Amino acid sequence: MNASLTTVKTAAESALANTFAEARGHLPGDREVAAQRVAAFDVFAKQGLPHRRIEEWKYTDLRALMREAKPLASLPDAADKAQAKTAGSMLGDVEVRRLTFVDGAFVPELSDLKGLESGLSITSLADALAGGDPAVVTHLGKIAPAGDVAVALNTALMGDGAVIHIDGGATIARPLHLCFVATQKPAATFVRSLVTVAPGARVMLIESHEGPAGSDYQVNSALELFVAERAHIDHVKIIADGSDALHVSTLAAAIAARARFNTFGFTMGGAVVRNQMFLNFDGEDTVAGIRGATLLGGRQHADTTLFVNHIARGCQSREVFKTVLGGESHGVFQGRIVVRRGAQKTDAKMMTQALLLSDRAEADNKPELEIYADDVQCGHGATAGALDDELKFYLMARGIPAAEAEALLIRAFVGEAIEGIEHAGLREALMDSVVAWLKTRK
Amino acid sequence: MALLEIKNLHAGIEGKEILRGLDLTVNAGEVHAIMGPNGSGKSTLAYVLAGKAGYEPTSGEVLFNGKNLFDMEPDERAAAGLFLAFQYPLEIPGVATMTFLRTALNAQRKRRGDPELSTPEFIKKVREVAGKLGIEQDMLRRAVNVGFSGGEKKRNEVLQMALLEPRLAVLDETDSGLDIDALKIVAEGVNRLHSPGRSFIVITHYQRLLNYIVPDVVHVLSKGRIVKTGGKDLALELEARGYVEYQEEAVA
Repeated sequence: MNASLTTVKTAAESALANTFAEARGHLPGDREVAAQRVAAFDVFAKQGLPHRRIEEWKYTDLRALMREAKPLASLPDAADKAQAKTAGSMLGDVEVRRLTFVDGAFVPELSDLKGLESGLSITSLADALAGGDPAVVTHLGKIAPAGDVAVALNTALMGDGAVIHIDGGATIARPLHLCFVATQKPAATFVRSLVTVAPGARVMLIESHEGPAGSDYQVNSALELFVAERAHIDHVKIIADGSDALHVSTLAAAIAARARFNTFGFTMGGAVVRNQMFLNFDGEDTVAGIRGATLLGGRQHADTTLFVNHIARGCQSREVFKTVLGGESHGVFQGRIVVRRGAQKTDAKMMTQALLLSDRAEADNKPELEIYADDVQCGHGATAGALDDELKFYLMARGIPAAEAEALLIRAFVGEAIEGIEHAGLREALMDSVVAWLKTRK
Repeated sequence: MALLEIKNLHAGIEGKEILRGLDLTVNAGEVHAIMGPNGSGKSTLAYVLAGKAGYEPTSGEVLFNGKNLFDMEPDERAAAGLFLAFQYPLEIPGVATMTFLRTALNAQRKRRGDPELSTPEFIKKVREVAGKLGIEQDMLRRAVNVGFSGGEKKRNEVLQMALLEPRLAVLDETDSGLDIDALKIVAEGVNRLHSPGRSFIVITHYQRLLNYIVPDVVHVLSKGRIVKTGGKDLALELEARGYVEYQEEAVA
């Protein structure tokens, strides 16, 4: 029998529909953008929030995890902005050009726009949309997968973000830091950024997301990254949201020939986090490092989902992901590498490791290799386990107390991923964050 | 007072008894060699003393400096001055040797109520000791024992011992897997540390190491008990005649 079911909308789904209906009239952008929003919202309306029967969301049942949809955050007032003054402290003393977003809105007075290096241009997405910026018209939504519900919701409701362009050949010495801060408001923000890096340019881009503990705010963030040939980009995303936050984050990148592309995802905050990456290697001979570290405790749920699409020949990608799980936390890693027929001589190696510090923690790991070319080197490895008792004993036999021995081993475990970051200062800052996290463990 | 007193020690792994009533007394400054065939319980003794999980004493007593060793966690035993040089030193990826040495040394000092060493003091000390053992600076920067040869790992054990300055060092088959040159370097390292206050238990299958680290007392361990004790000549005797008679004796 062919039964057709009408699914009942969840409270969150209904609330999102109301939010969109109310907001669509005053969200930034011209008619074309408005049409793009409607089309995107339609993708969501047809599918609803993704749930466990959707393969890509099998371990992160957003329909169940997202009980309600928060109203859109209002524009930050002076008090909100004051809360954001110390944001970004997890970067330590790394010198950056900071662009601050409070509750999803760009705040120029908390941002450093002085003396932009030649070849660097920065606009807020809200301004770019309002002004009909041609770069936005050309690039927005071109690489983020339109059928993905998280992306669709972002496109429908995007309010602000950064639009950054680096001219050909320019080297931007100071890393750009997109610093997203949520305030006490239990609200939702939809931020969208667009970065285009012209041929031969070099830049480091750091995204950080943070907010207060105890506030159940929601963030849907997305970054579209266009990397032209011979460009070199290092991207680091730090998800250090508050303890009750829900964050769905997307990175979509199109990478041209002979580029260097490194991305690192560092997740340690949030109640529910989904960090998804869609990376297209469109040009030949690009070298990529795709890494991440996730530190979880309590009842945290964090999902890293990676889709690497090798389209052109001769690219090399190295994937290293480490997850440390304490308490009753749940870590998910899904890594899918597709090597298309034309992507001969692809060299892709993926390693994912979970370190379980508690019997009640759960790690799900789903590596997938799909290879259509016949002359490639691809491999993946996955491990999950507890701390090595033999190593712990060796350290203790040298006088190191149990807790300190464990901390040393956890640091080493996570460090293997962090050491792939080229920026020494940032490596140190992240290791300091790991040490600080370890101190919060009992 | 004896530094180490083992009285009628019974211990085993997973319910299988391996040490069956072992008695041993080591006084300050003495070098004891424990020899015996494979399976006689040599490594078990080392692990029981160091406190490895799974190596549980079932009866008997071990006093270290007058204190019950089994009341102490492995790190407390180390801080109290017990050192085990591992037969198979472990590789610890991601932990730099310098970090490891410094963490260990300062953890022990902290437990003993001594101030932590400053970075320059520590580096000076490590360089001094490492130099004598022929350990390159490059090795110290690498992760602990990762990619080290067998000889380098054993030298690294001696380096740790020299830095931590234990009261009693138990060397568990430190000679295994070493060529003669490496053996000499390791033995010289040990001999330099020998002092009236510091004792050694040298566990070995072969007499060869004892040409370089000369024992005051030699014990033969068989089936979990010390079946014969003598002077350094006993080692030569064993080398010439093998362990056959002791294995039979223990069975009988």
